[in-house]
Amino acid sequence: MPTLDDILLAGLIVGGHRPWRRSIVGADVWKFVTQQLAEGKWTLLGFWGEAAAVHMALLDEQRNQVGVVTLECPGGRFPSVAAGHPPAARLERSIRDLFGLIPENAPDDRPWLSHGRWPDQPGNADVADAGIPGGYRFLPVTGEGLHQVAVGPIHAGIIEPGHFRFTANGEAVVRLEERLGYVHKGIESLMAGADLAKAVKLAGRTSGDSTVAYALSFSRAAEAALGLDIPGRAIWLRALMAELERIANHLGDIGAICNDAAFALMLAHCGVLRELVLRAADRCFGHRLMRDCIVPGGVTAELDADGVRELQELVAEIRARFPKLVELYDNTASLQDRTVGTGKLSLELARQHGCGGYIGRASGREFDARFQLPYEPYDRLQAQLRTHVDGDVNARVWIRIWEVQQSLSFIEQILGQMPQGPISSSFESEGEAGREGMAIVEGFRGDILVWLRLTAEGRVDRCHLRDPSWFQWPLLEAAIEGNIIADFPLCNKSFNCSYSGHDL
Amino acid sequence: MRSLLTQSLLKGPLTEPAPQPDVAALAEVAAALQRTARRRLGRSLSIRAVDAGSCNGCELEMHALNNPIYDIERFGIRFVASPRHADILMVTGPVTKNMQEALERAYHAMPDPKWVVALGDCALDGGMFAGGYACVGGVSAVIPVDLHIRGCPPSPRHILEALLALLKAADSAG
Repeated sequence: MPTLDDILLAGLIVGGHRPWRRSIVGADVWKFVTQQLAEGKWTLLGFWGEAAAVHMALLDEQRNQVGVVTLECPGGRFPSVAAGHPPAARLERSIRDLFGLIPENAPDDRPWLSHGRWPDQPGNADVADAGIPGGYRFLPVTGEGLHQVAVGPIHAGIIEPGHFRFTANGEAVVRLEERLGYVHKGIESLMAGADLAKAVKLAGRTSGDSTVAYALSFSRAAEAALGLDIPGRAIWLRALMAELERIANHLGDIGAICNDAAFALMLAHCGVLRELVLRAADRCFGHRLMRDCIVPGGVTAELDADGVRELQELVAEIRARFPKLVELYDNTASLQDRTVGTGKLSLELARQHGCGGYIGRASGREFDARFQLPYEPYDRLQAQLRTHVDGDVNARVWIRIWEVQQSLSFIEQILGQMPQGPISSSFESEGEAGREGMAIVEGFRGDILVWLRLTAEGRVDRCHLRDPSWFQWPLLEAAIEGNIIADFPLCNKSFNCSYSGHDL
Repeated sequence: MRSLLTQSLLKGPLTEPAPQPDVAALAEVAAALQRTARRRLGRSLSIRAVDAGSCNGCELEMHALNNPIYDIERFGIRFVASPRHADILMVTGPVTKNMQEALERAYHAMPDPKWVVALGDCALDGGMFAGGYACVGGVSAVIPVDLHIRGCPPSPRHILEALLALLKAADSAG
């Protein structure tokens, strides 16, 4: 059996693609890759299009090989990947929506991101107006005693918009079908032609809760394309911000999950801890969410001695208060009654979809980009990757709890080891056309992939941002099956997929 | 749980004192709140939040308003589940074309008198997403807006100052 590297080397290697290889292949190799995905040998990391080509980013987990295969499709068609490998379906439908490229023999020809409201876009001229559910062809459901519950796009809370169509038998959900795309802003199209300073800001606004992770991923991809090394201190400051963001989000999520089981006490206490993190971030880096603090070349905010002390105190404060909350979670039977055994996701499905983050790890998939595809400075930090086997809401809470503890340790280690020196390097972005870079960064929700190509002027020619939610949203449909509708908020919050990151 | 609760009782509230109403916001909403506002609102405001395309940053800070440190409900301001229960529609995002109709429907589902608060830089004029094929632009391009709160995202304290200005204006309008 050829390895991923063999396949890449057999194709036409694209010069200037860093740090992994990109290779232009023929339709037969494209189909072979699809088959490898279908057989579970490789994992799909990303799948995106441009005017006359489609790209797949692939991971061979056994050999830790990463690469991109490209199929040029001057005729506007390509062999469907979803036909053999269902996790590619929504990505493939989106490629059609955004670029008008047709997947041949695709199992699902419905639009995905498009609601028929951008008539001037390629691929959209003939999409019927389906903005509000009703115009969209939901999957048919037949059976005795079934009824449907339609929720959204506006939900009953401060939540991003999306539509959920439940089919229930009594209280039990027999099918959930998601309809997303409501917050599609055309970010990738806005990036085309933008300079790096503007593009990184757009990247940082792809999903607000992951603004650090997105800016980091974009900057690393841009630096790969430029062949740019950044100062050591900047690398460590970036990791510091990324871990603060992770802790803040996990604290918010743990509280919110418990609140969805009507246990408001946890929300109150976790909310206070989250606020402490955001305020510390504000004082240290000048923004509560640390937005626009990471840019290609380094970071924009220096951490002074007061900031170091502040973060040390923050770590100590959370370490003093968090264990009591963990104990409260663990010892409250009424809460455990709601979370244990609810919304189970199997390891097989998590693997098939390449589902990352706490969702994958809670089902036993040992993947964390910080360790499997290590980038600085994580290769120099003491760490222990923990997984759970149960795959239920409870497991997803525990993974978050462990990650809060792990990130506290990371922050301590980073503060202890961070070198002195400049925090950014200046660079010329002009150069050859066709310089390409890719980066994979572990955000709090999972691995974020950014791929880009620069023009000779150093502007973005094409950039693709792949949120971890692409491979998590479909699994929520699987996890809710057989659960009661009343447990949906609990399951949904334990997944906490991004709408904006997915819709782009 | 008992020890946590006892501790909370002994330590006193974490809630911070109220900030002063935002002067700029006060001027903007004063005009919108003439007439029957006082009688209608009393000292209470019900808000229905609608994300019309935001990156979720503004939502995070809206959530923070409910934490014990800001405790927005002490001012009689609460987030409600239905637009039919709401006095204020708080809208975030650059209004995507895919959300425009849902936003209009939510607005029309609200009883009069009603006000619209556009939260964040995107809601003002589309922010960084303005000009793309998928966005309409600021909230005022779709429904009338009474108060803009700037920021990317605005901090909870800033949102609170603006809403207190709204309450104050409502008070004096009576």
